[in-house]
Order: sequence, then C-alpha cells, then structure tokens
Amino acid sequence: MRPFTYERPADVRSAVAAAAGRPDAAYLGGGTNLVDLMRLGVATPRTLVDVTRISSRAIEETGGGLLIGAGVRNGDLAADPLVRRAQPLLARAVLEGASGQIRNMATVAGNLLQRTRCPYFQDVTKPCNKRLPGSGCPARTGDHRNLAILGHSEHCVATHPSDMAVALAALDALVHVEGPGGARTVPMPGLHRLPGDEPDRDTVLAPGELITAVEVPHLPFAARSRYRKVRDRASFAFAVVSVAAALDVAGGVVRDCRIALGGVAHAPWRAEAAEAALRGAAATPEEFARAADAELARSSPLPRNAFKAPLLRNVLVRTLTDLAEPAGFAESEPVETP
Amino acid sequence: MKTEARPSVGAALERVEGVEKVTGRARYAYENFPDELAYAVPVQATVARGTVLAADVDAVVRLPGVIAAVWHGNAPRLAPADNAELAVLQSDRVSYRGQYVAVVVAETLQCAREAARLLRIDYDAEPHDVELRADHPEMYRPDRVNAGYPADTELGDPDAALAAAPVLVDATYRTPAEHNNPMEPHATVAVWSGDGLTLHDSTQGVSALRETIAPLFGMPPENVRVISPHVGGGFGSKGAALPPVVLAALAAKHAGRPVKLAVTRQQMFAVTGYRTPTIQRVRLGADTGGRLTAIVHEAFEQSSRLREFAEQTTTPTRVMYAAPDRRTAHRLVRLDVPTPAWMRAPGEAPGMFALESAMDELAVACGIDPVELRIRNEPAAEPESGLPFSSRNLVACLREGARRFGWAGRDPTPAARTRGRMLVGTGVAASTYPVYRRPSRASARCDPDDRFTVRIAAADIGTGARTILTQVAADALRVTPDRVRVEVGDTALPAASLAGGSAGTASWGTAVVRACEALLEELDRRGGDVPAEGLEATADTAEEVGEQPEYARHAFGAQFAEVGVDLDTGEARVLRLLGVFAAGRIVNPVTARSQFVGGMTMGMSMALLEESVMDHEFGDYLNHDLAQYHVPTAMDLPDVQAYWIEEDDPHLNPLGAKGIGEIGIVGTAAAVANAVHHATGVRVRDLPIRLDKLVR
Ligand SMILES: Cc1cc2nc3c(=O)[nH]c(=O)nc-3n(C[C@H](O)[C@H](O)[C@H](O)COP(=O)(O)OP(=O)(O)OC[C@H]3O[C@@H](n4cnc5c(N)ncnc54)[C@H](O)[C@@H]3O)c2cc1C
Ligand code: SF4
Repeated sequence: MRPFTYERPADVRSAVAAAAGRPDAAYLGGGTNLVDLMRLGVATPRTLVDVTRISSRAIEETGGGLLIGAGVRNGDLAADPLVRRAQPLLARAVLEGASGQIRNMATVAGNLLQRTRCPYFQDVTKPCNKRLPGSGCPARTGDHRNLAILGHSEHCVATHPSDMAVALAALDALVHVEGPGGARTVPMPGLHRLPGDEPDRDTVLAPGELITAVEVPHLPFAARSRYRKVRDRASFAFAVVSVAAALDVAGGVVRDCRIALGGVAHAPWRAEAAEAALRGAAATPEEFARAADAELARSSPLPRNAFKAPLLRNVLVRTLTDLAEPAGFAESEPVETP
Repeated sequence: MKTEARPSVGAALERVEGVEKVTGRARYAYENFPDELAYAVPVQATVARGTVLAADVDAVVRLPGVIAAVWHGNAPRLAPADNAELAVLQSDRVSYRGQYVAVVVAETLQCAREAARLLRIDYDAEPHDVELRADHPEMYRPDRVNAGYPADTELGDPDAALAAAPVLVDATYRTPAEHNNPMEPHATVAVWSGDGLTLHDSTQGVSALRETIAPLFGMPPENVRVISPHVGGGFGSKGAALPPVVLAALAAKHAGRPVKLAVTRQQMFAVTGYRTPTIQRVRLGADTGGRLTAIVHEAFEQSSRLREFAEQTTTPTRVMYAAPDRRTAHRLVRLDVPTPAWMRAPGEAPGMFALESAMDELAVACGIDPVELRIRNEPAAEPESGLPFSSRNLVACLREGARRFGWAGRDPTPAARTRGRMLVGTGVAASTYPVYRRPSRASARCDPDDRFTVRIAAADIGTGARTILTQVAADALRVTPDRVRVEVGDTALPAASLAGGSAGTASWGTAVVRACEALLEELDRRGGDVPAEGLEATADTAEEVGEQPEYARHAFGAQFAEVGVDLDTGEARVLRLLGVFAAGRIVNPVTARSQFVGGMTMGMSMALLEESVMDHEFGDYLNHDLAQYHVPTAMDLPDVQAYWIEEDDPHLNPLGAKGIGEIGIVGTAAAVANAVHHATGVRVRDLPIRLDKLVR
C-alpha cells in the first residue's frame, strides 16, 4: 500500500488549512468509499484529513428548515424523528442506500461526494477518463448497463450512485462549504457537475473545500413525497434508476412538484422539463406520462441501457400517480430498515 | 465395554465444532502464523493473450521489506503437469487476463502489495477472442466431459422422430458465466523444511491436493503435508488444485521463507475457476398427450487455452424422461478466457435449467399441467442405459411438493394474477443428481478410557461432514456420539476422496463404517479388552466401491416457486420456494436442511442475480467484487422450505444415503423462470432474469 499521512485537525479552520494548497490531500469521512478506492489504487491521497470528529453530528431545526451536520451518520439521519417527520423523502432515500453497517459508518458529506460505481473507474488496469483524464472511456462501447442516459458526454457516461443526493436535489438543499477562500453555500442540484470534457471533476467544489452541513428548506407538501428505488437485488444494491418526487395537488390540479432522478446521470438529475410540464396540469396518469416524456426527450440512451428510458417513464408515472391518490402517499412514511 | 445406544443417524446432532467456530477458535488456513512468515502478493496479467517480455524484478527487490520477486525468468522449475494451469510462472505465455505472471514476497502484506503494484511488466499483446458463440469455427467435440461421461449419446433416430412429432418445442437457452463466492476466499500458508512441504490450505480435499502438488515439485506425496481442518465454503472452487496454492509453494521455495498467500475476492474472478457460460438448444417432440417421443439436448461451452474443462451439461437429460429417440451432445471452444471449473452441480445446474424450462414450454404447448406432464414421462428404467434405478421417487416428490405448495387448481393462464402492483405466478421443475461414491480410507481407535477416535482425511467445508461422520461412527460402534471424536482435514490421517460430487457422506461414511466394524471385530476377538496403548483398526473401501453392482443411482427432487414481478419496473422477486427431495436416508435433518436450502438459494440466485460479465475489449470478468456480482440478501428469499421423502435404498452404501450437497441448486432456476413466465407471459431463456428483460 502507498504511504500516506493521517491528520486529525482540532477544528474546521485547521482542517481547511491542512488541506489547502495540497491537491493530494483528501478529507476522510466514514471511509466507506474513500478507503475502498485507496485499496483499489483508484484514490491515492498523500494526506488524509480525518474530519469525523470536527464535523457536526447535529440535526437542528432552523427557521426555514433543517440543518444537518456534515458528520451525521447516514443511519442516524434516516432514524432521526425530526427528519422522518419533516422530510420523509430524505429519510426514505437514505434508508434505501447501502446496508445497515455501511449506513452506520457513512457520513452525509461522504455520501454526497462518493464516486461513481462505473466498473472501469474502479479498475486501475483499464483506461478511464474520470480516473486518468485523456485515457478514454471504455464504458461507452463496453458495459454501460448501469450508466447514464441523460446529460452524458462522449468523454464519460458515468452515473452518480447516491440515493440521498437524489432526495436532496429534489428538496432544493443547500450545501454549506468552508474553503480556503471562506464559507459559501452551493445549491442542490448544482453541487454535482455533468461530465462535459472534464469528467475527472465530479462536483463544483474547489480543491480543499470542506462540506460542513446540508440545509434542507421546509417543503410545505413534504408529506406527499416518495422515494422509489428500482434495483436488481431486493436490498444492498445501487439504483438502476430512482425517483424522488413530491407533489402538491389541489382540486385535481398540480400546483407544485419536485422531481429528481437517480441512476441516470453524472449528477442527481432534477427533472426540470417534467416539473414544468406538470405545474398547472391535471393530476392524471396521462399528464404524468406526458411530463415523463418531456424529460425523456432529453435522454440519449446507449445500446445496453436503452431499457432505462421505458423503466424511468413507468416509475415516474407510477410514483406520481400514487402520490396523487390521497390513499397512496400514506405508504411513503419511512418504514423499518430493509 | 460396548454399549447399545439409540441410533444417532437421523438425529439432529448439533454441529460438533459449532462452539469452536462461533467463538473464533476454529483456525482457518489464513490464521496460521509460522515463525519467519513472509507475505506473497501475486501480479496478474493485464493482457488477455500474449507473452511476457520482461519483468523488472530487480527494481522491486531493492524496495525496503521486499524479499523476493519471482516471474518465469527466475522461478523454480516445476515438473510438467497434466493441467497446464498449474505450470505457474513456467513460461512467458499469457493465456488469459488475470493469469498470475509474477509474485512478490515481502516482510509485510502492505509492503508486498505495494511492490506488486510497482512491478513493471512488459507484454507483447496479441488480439484475443473471449466470446462464446455456438457457431464458433473452433467448436469441437471433447472426448469426454467432466466426471468422465461421453460427450455425445444417441438412441434411435431423433431427427426423424422430431420431424414426425405432433408437438415440437425447439428453444435455445443461455446461462452466463458464474463464479463461486464462498465466504472464505482461497488462502495458503506454505512452509518448507528441508525437502518437506507443509501447506495450510483452504481445500475440499487434502489427499487430492497432496497428490497433485507433490509431483509438481518432484517429490513423493509423503513429503507433502496438507492441513485444512476448517474451510469457509468452496462449492467446488476448492476441489482441484489451483494456481494460488502452487504459487504459494513456489514463492516459499524461492524465498526460503514460509509464505502466506491470500487470494483476494477480485482475483477469484480470474484464478479460481467458474461455471462456463452455456448455450443450449433443446428440442422436444411429443404426442398431443404430452408423451415425449424425442429429446435432443445440445450444449455449447467454453474452456481456456490451458485446460480442457468440459462441463457435463446435458448429462441429466440422459436420466430424466422416457423417450425412444434421443440425443445429447457437448461442444467446446477454447478461448482466451480463465479456466472454468466446478461450481455446485456442474452440468446438472445449467443443463436442468434448459431441460426443465423446455418441459414447461411443452406443458404450455400441450395444455397439460406441468406436474402431470413430468409424471407422464416417468421412465421405467434409466432411459439411455436401460439400467434399473436403485430407487427413483421423482413422482412422489412432485406430488408431495404440489400438496405442500398448494399447486392443485392452478390456473395455467399466464399474466392473469396480480397482487398489488405485482404480477404473480407459480412454476415447477424437477431436479436430479447422481449418486457417486469414491474409495476412501479411515481408521477407528479405542482408548482405555472408552473413547473412540475416527480419523479420515475428509473435508468439512461448512457442510457438517465432521458432525455426520460422528453420527455414522457412533452407530457403527454402537455408542453415543459424545464418545466419538472425528478428525478430518489433514493428510496425516488416512487418505480420503475430496468433498465433491455430493459424494462425501457416501464415500467417507462407507470407510468410517468399515473401520468401526473392523475395530469392533478386533475388540470382540479380545473379549472387549482395550490394551493400555489403545486399539486401532483401518479400512480401505477401494475394493467395495469398485465392485458395486450396476444400478442407475440418482437422487431426485421437485422445486416449486412463486414469483412476483413488478408491473412497472419488471423487478422479479421470489416470494416462496419449496423443494421436496428423495435422497436416500437423511443422516442429520439440520445439516441436510442447510444443504437443501442453501442449494435452492443458490439456484434462485442463478435465476435472478448471478452473472459474470465478460468484458470483450479487455477479456476479463468485469464485475469482480461482491458489490457488482450479486448474490442474494435475506430479503431476496423471504420464504424457502425444504422437505424430503425418506428412501430405503439397499443398493447404495452402508448408510443408505445419497448426496444432498448439490441437488438443491438443480432445477431451482427453471422453477423460478417458469414462474416468471406464468406471472408475466414472458419466457426468459437467458439467465439471469433481470428487470431489463421484463420491463415494458
Ligand atoms: C457495498 C456498498 C454498497 C453501497 N450501496 C449504496 C447505495 O445503494 N446507495 C447509496 O447511496 N450509497 C451506497 N453506498 C455508498 C455509501 O453510501 C458511501 O460509501 C458513503 O455514503 C460514503 O460516506 P463516507 O462518510 O464513508 O465517505 P468517505 O468514504 O469517507 O468519503 C467519500 C468522499 O467524500 C469526501 N469527503 C468526506 N467528508 C467530506 C467533507 N466533510 N467535505 C468534503 N469532502 C468530504 C472524501 O474525501 C471522499 O472523496 C454503498 C457503498 C458500498 C461499499
Ligand atoms: S463512464 Fe466515466 S467513469 Fe466510466 S469509464 Fe467512462 S470515463 Fe470512466
């Protein structure tokens, strides 16, 4: 294994200072992704800055919503009564990810910044533009069954694997960041980039920027929300596709809605075209299908993941239809850990 | 001193080493730390075909902590092996991506890993061919297929019979490459002392491993000791000697230090065998009443350039159903791929997926209930050999399974039942597995404290072999099992056959019974007196096994599955799985149930989850870890039940037992696929049945 130094700074300021100007430094959360990638030789930091002790593990109610510390463990987040009540969509999405053990280790910040599960990215004996810019993208012609149908580029067709991030993208979350240049907030979606010609950059964060918290604004119709994850195995599998949706219906008409999609793009995908088509439309399966088609019009599936388009359409229509039925959304309350 | 005890065989004796295991005292191969231990980390080829031009071993041996770096340029020479896969580091040829081309030995694992990563290897790469196609120009007929069966068989005129058949099913099925993933990956600690070699290895057969390894290093077998008391699963992948154990011994020899080599999960997808992908064409001809007139089953499979391993995929078709005109065939192509090997029920598992799917298609075509269809085609004797069955209770399994499952009154119409947002369906398939028995030796010993020790170089790979042999010995000695200690997993014990072909209980059990009988006789002769130094008797079953009268000996079973398929997403989940088996006498109901349930779970996994994806550009199995290669979680199989019908078969062995380790997987995938068809109306003929094959 490659030697690296391990640092445990005393506070956020010294953590940022420790990483500042060192492109080979990495923050360490629960390590459930970073340490795996180090073992595989995919990530090769020379310095690990452990932020688990200085990252907030608090979940607080602010005036406008919830402030979730970057160090909150995924398991604690999904189980938190405040979150379950105020943002059931978020609790559900987190609960659908990984396994009990991994959720107990994984942090909110680490979950947001986990890297793609593209098989080529994880194998250092093969080319990959994301891991080694300019080396090529074998997934395009190889195995891309689980990869993107929206927003990809000729340089990369990877997907972002997080479930939690899809819910946060639907909920207009704000990511609080502390960096060498000071503090700022980055709105979700918008934290994660599309690959373009720089697939090695997953997010808009500058080197050394530390996530300190995630703020989830209050959503009046949060109770009528749902996270639907489609997967190859009943549990402990990444999403083939997923839908995070919230619906505000009055008198059979969609007043407002939030839709984000997972497993389909390099970033959690806010379905803006579908949302636009739905606002003011009748809350009927026909309109939901029309909205899904509006979103899918932007898709360009590859040969081995073409099935994701009809799959996504079905799931979107089903999720929205269930949400539109008063009896339907009661089920969306987080249930026991799968 | 002899006492009469209640029979132990048939009782639910708890696993005798259970406490040792759950308290962590049971020592597995990796957990041995001899003095001066060094760590070996292999280097794998990054081309699928070509030659190794150079390896910069000098650069890495200069790194601190590195003891040796070995490649074919400086490796100790091995004697030629029948199995070229075992000629590790003996030539510059690369025959598949991931093949071992070098190994680094260092003071610590970390150091060895880093040095292995840094070791620069230059290749001359050649274009590779890794794609199995039925029309591959290099397809050939192997002389024999695995387990020694002929590649092809034919009776009557199947082509004419098919042409004349009022009802015809002609379908092609595909199963993907699948990899064994026992919990404990392969591991070896190799220790040389003088010209003797001790291997702490995770193996399904210490005796066989010794017989393979010793000649490679130019030694008589006595010079090799293999110790393997506990094994964390194998499923066949630890049956035959593989490159890692050879590499460990070779690295230890070269370095002059004891060496530990642990295969990583990722490496398992290249160097420890897998189930070949298959393409199978099945043609069934029948009259309108569903009575088969012709059966043709042809399989196309792959092997590596190094070794011919021809899975016996169509052999169960030689056993299952009556039909006058019939043919089975195997064709193989050698590609630039890793070497396939045994995986639970090689042959039967993929072959019965195809045959039992085709039987379901025939049931649909004839409008006959699939349970009834199978009963109608029950043969009076083994269809191809004409031999009488020693016992055959497939029909009883089907009837009992149907009763327990609630099959009666099933509406055969596909895509006609929903539960919530799920289409629901049920399916059935039959299963079969041959009864093998192999020569083994054993010893039985009595000490003056009235305790018995039975020794046999058998393997307990988590199945409970040690426990059931304790029961078998206790009955043979007519004592309670607490007075018997069974020692297994060491070549210092009497040589025994390996754990494979579901033959452990029959093979080892026979030897144990004979040794115990011999001991009792000796005790009788001495009027029951045990001398101070104890008394020991041995047995060798070579003659007994060689002379067994000719019968068709097979276990049979029937699997029933209920499947739900999500209407929107095509996600298929098994809601309920029930199997009934007729496998002779069941020695221990607890360990037996684990085997049946485990086999069925693996069959369900074969149906819906498992697939090793061959990357055509690079020539390796791409999804080489457990995050990508899916095996079931508890939620994938909420309800699985196994039952059995006790058979009293006098033609088997002194235990009256048939093997149970593999039959559970056989047929299960077809039962699930048939249920998916009943649920959705979609016939998926290529496994696994993932949502992309069902979503509309
Ligand atoms: C087998 C398996 C299955 C999984 N299945 C799922 C699934 O189904 N759905 C799902 O969503 N996830 C899944 N995961 C991923 C899991 O959710 C992530 O591994 C986890 O959330 C990462 O969190 P962590 O704290 O361990 O991050 P780490 O591994 O510690 O870090 C991940 C990245 O975040 C960076 N980082 C960490 N903290 C900060 C910070 N405060 N500021 C800036 N950068 C930071 C690190 O430098 C690193 O680049 C799975 C993981 C595994 C191993
Ligand atoms: S899709 Fe992206 S991550 Fe995957 S191989 Fe291509 S560049 Fe690499």
